[in-house]
Amino acid sequence: MRAPETVKLMFQTPEILFNNEFVMTLKKTLVACLAALSGSLVHASPTFVFTAIPDQDETRLKERFAKVSAYLETQLKTDVRFVPVKSYAAAITAFRNNQVQLAWFGGLSGVKARQLVPGAQAIAQGVEDPNFKSYFIAHNSTGLTDNADATSTTLPADIQGKTFTFGSKGSTSGRLMPEFYLRQQFNQAPDETFSRVGFSGNHSRTIALVETGAYQLGAVNYKVWDSSVAAGTVDTSKVKVIGETPAYPDYQWTVRGDLDSQFGEGFTAKVKQALLDMKDPDLLNSFPRKGFIPATNADFKPILEVGKQVGLID
Amino acid sequence: MNSSQQPGLISQSPRLRISLYFLLVAATCLLIADISVTSINPMLEMQRFFAAWLKPDTDIIGIAAEALLITAAFALLGVALAAIGGLLIATQFQHRWLRMLCAGLRSVHEIFWALIFLQCFGLHPLTGLLAIALPYSGVFAKVYAEILEDVSPGPSRVIATNNSRITNLCYSQIAQAWPHLVSYTRYRFECGIRSSAILGFIGLPTLGYYLEASFSQGYYSEVASLLLLFFVLIATIRIWCHKRLMPIWLLSSPWLILSDYFNPAGQANIQWQNIERFFTSDIIPAPLRHAASFWEYDSFIALFQWCEKILTGQILPGLWNTLILTQIALVATGILALLLFPLASKLFVNNTGRSGGKLLLIIARSTPEYLLAYMLLQLWGPSMLPAIVALALHNGALIAHLLAKRSEHMPLRKDTPSGVNRYGYEVLPRLYNPFMAILFYRWEVIMRETAILGILGIHTLGFFVDSAIQEIRFDVALLLIISAALLNILVDYLAGRLRKKLRLQQMSSC
Repeated sequence: MRAPETVKLMFQTPEILFNNEFVMTLKKTLVACLAALSGSLVHASPTFVFTAIPDQDETRLKERFAKVSAYLETQLKTDVRFVPVKSYAAAITAFRNNQVQLAWFGGLSGVKARQLVPGAQAIAQGVEDPNFKSYFIAHNSTGLTDNADATSTTLPADIQGKTFTFGSKGSTSGRLMPEFYLRQQFNQAPDETFSRVGFSGNHSRTIALVETGAYQLGAVNYKVWDSSVAAGTVDTSKVKVIGETPAYPDYQWTVRGDLDSQFGEGFTAKVKQALLDMKDPDLLNSFPRKGFIPATNADFKPILEVGKQVGLID
Repeated sequence: MNSSQQPGLISQSPRLRISLYFLLVAATCLLIADISVTSINPMLEMQRFFAAWLKPDTDIIGIAAEALLITAAFALLGVALAAIGGLLIATQFQHRWLRMLCAGLRSVHEIFWALIFLQCFGLHPLTGLLAIALPYSGVFAKVYAEILEDVSPGPSRVIATNNSRITNLCYSQIAQAWPHLVSYTRYRFECGIRSSAILGFIGLPTLGYYLEASFSQGYYSEVASLLLLFFVLIATIRIWCHKRLMPIWLLSSPWLILSDYFNPAGQANIQWQNIERFFTSDIIPAPLRHAASFWEYDSFIALFQWCEKILTGQILPGLWNTLILTQIALVATGILALLLFPLASKLFVNNTGRSGGKLLLIIARSTPEYLLAYMLLQLWGPSMLPAIVALALHNGALIAHLLAKRSEHMPLRKDTPSGVNRYGYEVLPRLYNPFMAILFYRWEVIMRETAILGILGIHTLGFFVDSAIQEIRFDVALLLIISAALLNILVDYLAGRLRKKLRLQQMSSC
């Protein structure tokens, strides 16, 4: 075993240590290791960390937030890091635990996060976000796609008894709002309306699962659908939109309330301004949003109400 | 073999009866289980998947190598911590409360542990480390205690009586049991690598992280590269895990899992208030947390209603599905193991065939169930079928491997028949005892995995745990995890009773 020897070395007199070059290197490595260790245990220089709900394919998220990270770094003149997470809940938890200070949340995840972190504020949202909507999509074999009116907010009664997939369990456009309107139209829980209800995990998966027919129907974020169609990654001869939900507020940037005390007075305002100033079309297209506008916590009150009604928020 | 066994069919019958009983239960479960292939074109997706294996993606090899390094580092540290902890507990295993504590530790799956620690520490490496170390130390304690019990009492009598208990332990019991302890720890290290890989699915930077990303986007050639490298890692454990290399691995592992480069997501600091909040607020049942006073009549009514709602809406359906799936998977595992083991036994196939059979078994048993189930779900659509096949493949291959090894040590008569007759009249009857013993050991493991597979969308307990966590209701999640743990302890106990009743030998290393 090497460990006891190195420990012994640490307690030897400095003269002996300095005699040997090898020991010096060893000592340096040890110090570096200890520094790495303590760096992660003790608070180092503050890095501004942000995350986002994993609502889409990982490749797309990485590409998008690498750009955002670089942009924020130049604007805020501080170290900025993006931390990818595997679930909506993990994004909320990281925000709540102050492991990230800024997050790109959906409507529901944002409301939940702000409930859990007193003082947290929604600061910016996409131009499209106050009037967001979800699409209901169906596989062609269901026969529902033939005469479908894609803009109708009432779904055909034939969808009952089919299989259906939501996106993530914690998604606003992939779960909460579609479930709310399904409950309203059919007066029962989705698992009574459909023969099988699943949760694909994210919007890209929902499209893929309905396209392969693993599920006959699905609910998807309209932005993700539109950009997938535009990018040609979805085969519209197999899967089509058969209806949509009424409009509701969705995505937003949320910051912790203690941001100023962590990063200095006025930092929150700086972050907000940086987000609102995002004008690079390349950056905006990666979301995709036309631009960002100010948001307040009150903008998302309807989501809170619906969340309570559906039973996803206490 | 079992010396207490009398010749004749009647003495065999309890084992046969129990086997038939299990078969019958599984058949009944099969009737009520939700089994179907729902994807419209499963073959097309399978073709795409298998075609990708012919041209694995080479661009991802760099990422994969890093991921595997981290995976091994987490496994090594977790297992090392667990081995030390387990050994310490094993020496005190006469205490009932310690035995119960260990039963509790090992009855909760690594992923559930990780989900709990994720709330306290975030993606900090400690989450992954503890998620492996805690359940593994529970297992180590039990198995080490069994091994230490088996050593000869002779040397400890020879050691002078005025020596301390520690001296006695080190120079007599542990010294004698050392080879067994080491070989078992080695075996668990392989399991540790699988566990560590799986933790990536919930966000740690291990292999599962990249597998999930590649698979969910349908990048099958990336999946193929990642998995191929994973198989190589597992198959070459004996080489890179040589005892001379161990100090280097052990010293570099902490650095690897803490480093900014290899583990960028784990850089956030641990904050005491998050841990405190988790234990003093998050896991307190909601009615009590929101109640004005703890001891009011009303809050108890509310608590009762809360429990009832979770019991009827989540725990009971979850338990039911977990049980159904477990029983089917257990029997499927058994059948598959009996069918597969001849492929890797020299009693049935020649050397070339045996290498092929062994390779097949290595691949099937080194792919974690969770991963297999995840892949099959993507290909076949959601139902219990992918889970059953995944559990049966992984566990069946594992048991088949053990049976094949055992069969090769079996002395055969000169005029022994060959082929099917040898299998049916000679080998199978003699292997059936150890087979049942191993299967009963795996019963609890299969159940623990079944519960976890719920996270993938099958409505076992894990599904409801995942839902509760996604809804940030940790009180509900904890209640569900505890019920899963209790079910596990119950099955473990039942399996122990059955082993005793059927007088099956102990077989801890499976």
